[in-house]
Amino acid sequence: MSVTVFVPRDSTALALDADAVAAAVLAEARRRGADPTLVRNGSRGLFWLEPLLEVATAAGRIAYGPVTVADVPGLFDAGFLAGGAHRSRQGPSEAIPYLARQRRVTMRRIGVVDPRSLSDYLANGGGEGLTRARAMAPADIVRVVIESGLRGRGGAAFPTGLKWRTVLDAPAARKYIVCNADEGDSGTFADRLSMEADPFGLIEGIAIAGLAVGASGAYIYVRSEYPHALAALDAALAAATDWLDGFRIEVRKAAGAYVCGEETALLESLEGRRGIVRAKPPLPAVAGLFGQPTVVNNVVTLASVPDILARGAASYRELGVDRSRGTLPFQLAGNLKHGGLVEVPFGRTLRELLYDFGGGSRSGRPLRAVQVGGPLGAYLPASRFDTVLDYETLAAIGATLGHGGIVAFDDTVDMAKQARHAMAFCARESCGKCTPCRIGATRGVEVIDRLRGGKPGQSELLRSLCDTMIHGSQCAMGSMTPLPVLSALDHFPEDFR
Amino acid sequence: MNATLQTILSRHGDRDGALLPVLHEIQDALGYVPAEAVPLIAKALNLARAEVHGVLTYYRHFRQTPPGRHVVRICRAEACQSVGADALAAHAEKRLGCGFDETTPDGLVTLEAVYCLGQCAVGPALLIDETAVHAAVGPDRFDALIDALEPRK
Repeated sequence: MSVTVFVPRDSTALALDADAVAAAVLAEARRRGADPTLVRNGSRGLFWLEPLLEVATAAGRIAYGPVTVADVPGLFDAGFLAGGAHRSRQGPSEAIPYLARQRRVTMRRIGVVDPRSLSDYLANGGGEGLTRARAMAPADIVRVVIESGLRGRGGAAFPTGLKWRTVLDAPAARKYIVCNADEGDSGTFADRLSMEADPFGLIEGIAIAGLAVGASGAYIYVRSEYPHALAALDAALAAATDWLDGFRIEVRKAAGAYVCGEETALLESLEGRRGIVRAKPPLPAVAGLFGQPTVVNNVVTLASVPDILARGAASYRELGVDRSRGTLPFQLAGNLKHGGLVEVPFGRTLRELLYDFGGGSRSGRPLRAVQVGGPLGAYLPASRFDTVLDYETLAAIGATLGHGGIVAFDDTVDMAKQARHAMAFCARESCGKCTPCRIGATRGVEVIDRLRGGKPGQSELLRSLCDTMIHGSQCAMGSMTPLPVLSALDHFPEDFR
Repeated sequence: MNATLQTILSRHGDRDGALLPVLHEIQDALGYVPAEAVPLIAKALNLARAEVHGVLTYYRHFRQTPPGRHVVRICRAEACQSVGADALAAHAEKRLGCGFDETTPDGLVTLEAVYCLGQCAVGPALLIDETAVHAAVGPDRFDALIDALEPRK
């Protein structure tokens, strides 16, 4: 029987030359008269090891990484097709400590399955949730999701089941599921990895949401900066037509506006307009896409649903702490030695993620600041590294967990520059609807420039401006931009002198 | 060009919220959305020209003029900043002899900033044209990527 070799095809692996490695493996195999079967899986999320090549042996899958094209002949010499020793050998994939210490639930199939193969998905435990949901009453599906404690993973952390119940109870001829795949936050890639490495998991979650609320169809709004996620979804949906049994899911490509990650701006964009934030109420659950009741959920939220249906609410709810139940796929990013995806239950500390998983800085210099929760998240200094990672603990210290992105900076960072960037980014991306955001962000850049120039009284002015933005902005773009700004000012005042 | 436009427009006429998909298809086919297309799109989708113009100019992805033969988009967001994206950006401007949102004099490259390609663990990252993502790009790798765009004869 032919040996199976896995070389990932997600965009991180591709960005590190995985296509060339895959081609080199096949060419070298031919030269040596071997005939391995090549499977293009997704990454397991251990990005510093990409391209991570795996080979299926009697003892399970053995990993080698990072592998370059130049390494390939040596791998054959070492007998890697039988799991032979090589300096890049990482041992059995699932025993790599970075992976073994995680609790993969939502992301259990990334790197394991072929993202183009529905049969592979179903053979690896996929589909059970949808099968169960099809035999349940809509209200029962909603109840399971409520009982699981699942909250929106896009950043707002609203209880998912309650949102679904509102849509279920809203009388309307048409209802929609909208998947928010406009993952614009720097430091985040969980949505991307979910779509590229396990697209059927997301599709199944959407189909279950559709059954739960009685939706007539669904849209996935994917950012244009994610061409490989778009391709993976298109391919998966083409393969899933029969499995979905008539439920129509359409992929829509966004067009490069960060604010369209805000749910009402996203709906405007889907309707073919400029992505301008809508006033709430009405909530999208009452009057959303085309004025109809609409569930708007993030990718990870929806991808978490199949497992909850398959294994029961309790299996999910028993993980986590306090009001943060289940797991969060954290994303270790920026200046870290071992960046990647770390799915663990809520309740670990920032320090554990940065050092036990992340291995400290990539540069070898001390870590000085960590931005948690994307461009609208606070910068935390080393004195806050023991913060427990759950929604309420972060909120209590003026920070946010957001979508679970963690961006590390070493001691060369200039925090006044980072604060200025936060304001400049808001000025660039503001939809323009409300004044505190549209004008405030521009004034914010100017005030920070004067502050850095040594003009007196500017930090008071900056705080006052931030106060206006926090309380006067219509959505998170304007009201949360002050988080990185004020946290930089509070924790790193020496950089503003 | 008119034939291309008409084909695209006839495909999407009765689709809900068709404007973004239409603009994407036109840009994918022509490289940009020409001014002459705006009234045709408006008519086909039963919109005001102002609405089409508003959407076309709101979203950064859409172009109203043709770009260079290749578009290089360097991520300038926080995660890439933490591992040298600013230095890469400065190097790129020097190497290409043009600034961001500009095109090299020979028309080879349009240089743009992008805010996040989702490669935040392996930055600095950049995207060449529609799909070629590259990670861990330092100055030398950048030069090699640019050299490979069009071999000098």
